[in-house]
Amino acid sequence: MTSATLAPPARPRRVRPVGRAQRRVRASAITLITWGLVVLFFFPVAWMVLTAFKPERQAATSPPTFLADWTLDQFAAVFNRDMAPYLINSLTASIASTVLVLLLAIPAAYALSIRPIVRVRDALFFFISTRFMPVAAGIIPVYLLLQGLGLLDNISALSILYVGINLPIAVWMMRSFFSEVPVEIVEAAQIDGARLHTELFRVVLPIVLPGVAAAGLICFIFAWNEYFLANLLTSTAARTTPPFLTSFVDGRGLFLSVLSAASSIAVLPVVIAGWIAQKQLVRGLAMGAIK
Amino acid sequence: MTRNRTARSTALSVGLVVGSLILGGCAGAGGSTDGDANGDVTLTLATVNNPQMKDMEELKGTFEKENPGIKVNFIQMEENDLRDAVTKDVATKGGQYDVVTVGAYEVPIWAQNGWLTDLTDTTSSDAEYDVDDLFPPVRAGLTVDDKLYALPFYGESSMLMYNKDMFAAAGLEMPNNPTWDQVADFAKKLKTDDVAGICLRGKPGWGELFAPLTTVVQTFGGNWYDEDWNATVNAPEFVDAVTFYTDLVKAAGEPDPVSSGFTECLNALSQGKAAMWYDATSAAGSIEDPNASTVAGKVGYVHAPVKETTESGWLWSWNLAIPETSKHRDAAETFVKWATSKKYEQLVGTELGWSRVPPGARTSTYEIPEYVDAAKAFAPITKEIMEAVDPNQPGVDPQPYTGVQFVTIPEFQDLGNTISQDLADVFAGRSDVKTVLDKGQKLAQTAGDAQK
Amino acid sequence: MTTIIEPVEAIADVEGDVPPERLARPATRKGIGVSRALLWPALATSLVLTQIPFLVTIYYSLQEWNLLKPGDQHFAWFQNYVTVFSNGSFVSSLVATVLITGSAVILSTLFGLLLAVLLDRRFRGRALARTLLITPFLIMPAAAALIWKWSMFEATSGMVNWLIGLVGIPPVAWNTDAPVVTVIGVLTWQYTPFFMLILLAGLQSQSRDVLEASSVDGAGPARQFALITLPHLRQYIEIAVLLGSIQLVQVFDPVAIMTRGSGGTKTLSYLLYERAFVGLEVGEAAAYGVVTVIVTIVIATVALRTLFKIFTEGTR
Repeated sequence: MTSATLAPPARPRRVRPVGRAQRRVRASAITLITWGLVVLFFFPVAWMVLTAFKPERQAATSPPTFLADWTLDQFAAVFNRDMAPYLINSLTASIASTVLVLLLAIPAAYALSIRPIVRVRDALFFFISTRFMPVAAGIIPVYLLLQGLGLLDNISALSILYVGINLPIAVWMMRSFFSEVPVEIVEAAQIDGARLHTELFRVVLPIVLPGVAAAGLICFIFAWNEYFLANLLTSTAARTTPPFLTSFVDGRGLFLSVLSAASSIAVLPVVIAGWIAQKQLVRGLAMGAIK
Repeated sequence: MTRNRTARSTALSVGLVVGSLILGGCAGAGGSTDGDANGDVTLTLATVNNPQMKDMEELKGTFEKENPGIKVNFIQMEENDLRDAVTKDVATKGGQYDVVTVGAYEVPIWAQNGWLTDLTDTTSSDAEYDVDDLFPPVRAGLTVDDKLYALPFYGESSMLMYNKDMFAAAGLEMPNNPTWDQVADFAKKLKTDDVAGICLRGKPGWGELFAPLTTVVQTFGGNWYDEDWNATVNAPEFVDAVTFYTDLVKAAGEPDPVSSGFTECLNALSQGKAAMWYDATSAAGSIEDPNASTVAGKVGYVHAPVKETTESGWLWSWNLAIPETSKHRDAAETFVKWATSKKYEQLVGTELGWSRVPPGARTSTYEIPEYVDAAKAFAPITKEIMEAVDPNQPGVDPQPYTGVQFVTIPEFQDLGNTISQDLADVFAGRSDVKTVLDKGQKLAQTAGDAQK
Repeated sequence: MTTIIEPVEAIADVEGDVPPERLARPATRKGIGVSRALLWPALATSLVLTQIPFLVTIYYSLQEWNLLKPGDQHFAWFQNYVTVFSNGSFVSSLVATVLITGSAVILSTLFGLLLAVLLDRRFRGRALARTLLITPFLIMPAAAALIWKWSMFEATSGMVNWLIGLVGIPPVAWNTDAPVVTVIGVLTWQYTPFFMLILLAGLQSQSRDVLEASSVDGAGPARQFALITLPHLRQYIEIAVLLGSIQLVQVFDPVAIMTRGSGGTKTLSYLLYERAFVGLEVGEAAAYGVVTVIVTIVIATVALRTLFKIFTEGTR
């Protein structure tokens, strides 16, 4: 062992000039590979956006058309089909469900992490196991119940179902952030005589705000992107964007560029939100991982 | 105390936000399905997104102008999605749609279940509507116990389309009534690395793959059931026909059969990537449109290929119907009659061009001089085939139901879908025809037993 | 060498649910009451929204009920279960689900790990690279499935066949010959960024001192990765796999949009949907649902309790 630890200082003197050049070449090679993979993963998205600006007859050609007669016609066509109500429905369902999820999940996560509680693991296990249950398995009664209540095609009903889907994930993610709050702060607040919700809102919340933001973002993304329930439970007034997209697949003609245009618009809000909040996203996911 | 109050008011305001969101959602949803405060009616129409229906949406402004107080809201869906969505809504009495486009297969079944509004009186009492002008075989398919339950928007049979240039270049000649053996022979001769000899649907779905395939089965002498509802899905004729079809596709067909349906084949033929295509007569309108097709004017149209029968075309119509659960039945009746009227054909012709007039619903369509002129390449043969089809006995042997490419029982949709999904494995070589049809026979027998 | 092992053990200490100092606090009766009150709304909501529909599903599963035949609904004991177990659809769907979920999870983990390692170094444009890489995870699955089906995997005009054509590979009829590959491909594409994000966070939480110390000790990069980084990443991988599986096991969108269940892609979710809303066999579909839930719960419980440390250690 001693010889091994002593050896390195002797080596560099001879090797370093060659080694540095070699290392630089190797580093550039790795960087190149990295970028190659990045381009590969991003390509379908880029291609979708490019296709959206092509005229229909240049969208699905073999070989692919790279220099098209760029046009905004497809975006005009999408808005002629009145996409706005679908986007508004998606936004309503996503925001409403996210707000409700946070209202329920913040106290729950707090209870599971800061307050001592019996059977933490079981509660947590229950939450995560509800998420394992296929949504499809319980869908028939949900459908028939909503139909009986006249709540099919109702954006509030859809939002509430999204709460059921996202609640476990939110509890799970936030619990780890709440565990980060130093016990001393909570105790200090309690000795202070502050009541419980004051403790929650004024002392703990600012510390865990990034976690709340991350969980909220994840819930928003899942709700915005949800297709199964939206397709099944809405038809007109409350139909959201994902099932609307599939209606661009034309049984009898060309449709690829108009579909790409609609898809580009549909993914834009979440992609931009995700790009801006990627730090929170990474932290949120990572915190969920360790604690 | 102050702290406490702030916390409480924070909680309260959050609650209010959520509450108003929920209430807002309710109001929004309610507002658009029911009538407005001033008595206006909004009809919700669920339709398949075929070009003819898109034309209808484009022209709905004229209807709304002629009928103040009625607005029409179009929900377009892809055919499979539409079928799932509408069937589920009508079957569960969801009542989300006032007007639906339904196929010829669903109309008699739904009518028997009492799901559709009877349109006999409103059409027969209206001389201007001229209900007797509807194509007799189409109308027969929409009639149950002498009552009419849906109005045809357009109708179609099937025919063989071929690229005349490719046939000329290869020195081949297409007869007006080809046989399947001739067609297979042509296809193999015309097949190159870039061009499919023939495009035939392979996309799973009873309405996709099984539309052309059932007509092949019937002209080979097979069918789904014999006269007493005994399933004959693994009978030799059925097996031979399916083997012929899948072998032909594998030997000389399109490169990716399982993803090929109507659209994909239409693209292949109109981009010069296929020499022949056996499909709906209504495809001709798109093929002859120079904006979408590179082969306009170069395509020939002949009768559906046969083997044991003399004719083999299918019979299909897309129709407008009003679910029993519609909340605005009167307004819906006004609309479905308008969209299937002679006046509407004139409107399409003058506003959008005569070749876009919905075909195959009315006999008089083929007497409009402008239409006959604009569609001279395919209008005469379409009419000829539509009149030759016999939905009561399309195959060699009699059958216990009316319908060509489908069996008019509720179970058929599921049956056809399941077998067509398994046939996808046959195209890929993961399974063989006999195995699939033996399995299909059992399913078909279960469904047949329920009819006895 | 001891310096290498220490941090790993240190992490093991915090793996439990609640750090020890929190447990040290006396669990007063009032404290527990408050905790329960805080937990109760979320638990109740979850119960109502997920468990009650399931109980009703059990009831429906004992009914003979086809929506296409109104008026023919009656109690049928276990007839639907006989159908479920006799026609083989369930087993083949279970196999499809396991195959698709398993492949997508494994591939996403491998690609995610590779990309995380590649991004865990300084290079020009790293922030941009990460931004572009996370995009697939943000794309709406319905849009992703549509674009991949029609723009990428299409046999004649698709980009995948064009790209492989550039290196001389003949075109592949994806939807006919390899439908499972198309579904797994899209899922892997969508979930690799998710795995990468979690694993990257894991890599970045690694103490530099340890790594430096180990390289001073003469450990090569490969050895270092195997001996230090991978053990450190274990819990990150676990959690990524857990969260990823939860999402992926429910896979519906790409199946419904790309293959419609053909060619071995009929996952349990799609089978349930098809029985219920295409076949309109309410009773039979409910029976499939019940069996699916039982199987999933069994697999999930075994997996959670044995594979994931987070549910086996610490806490109480």
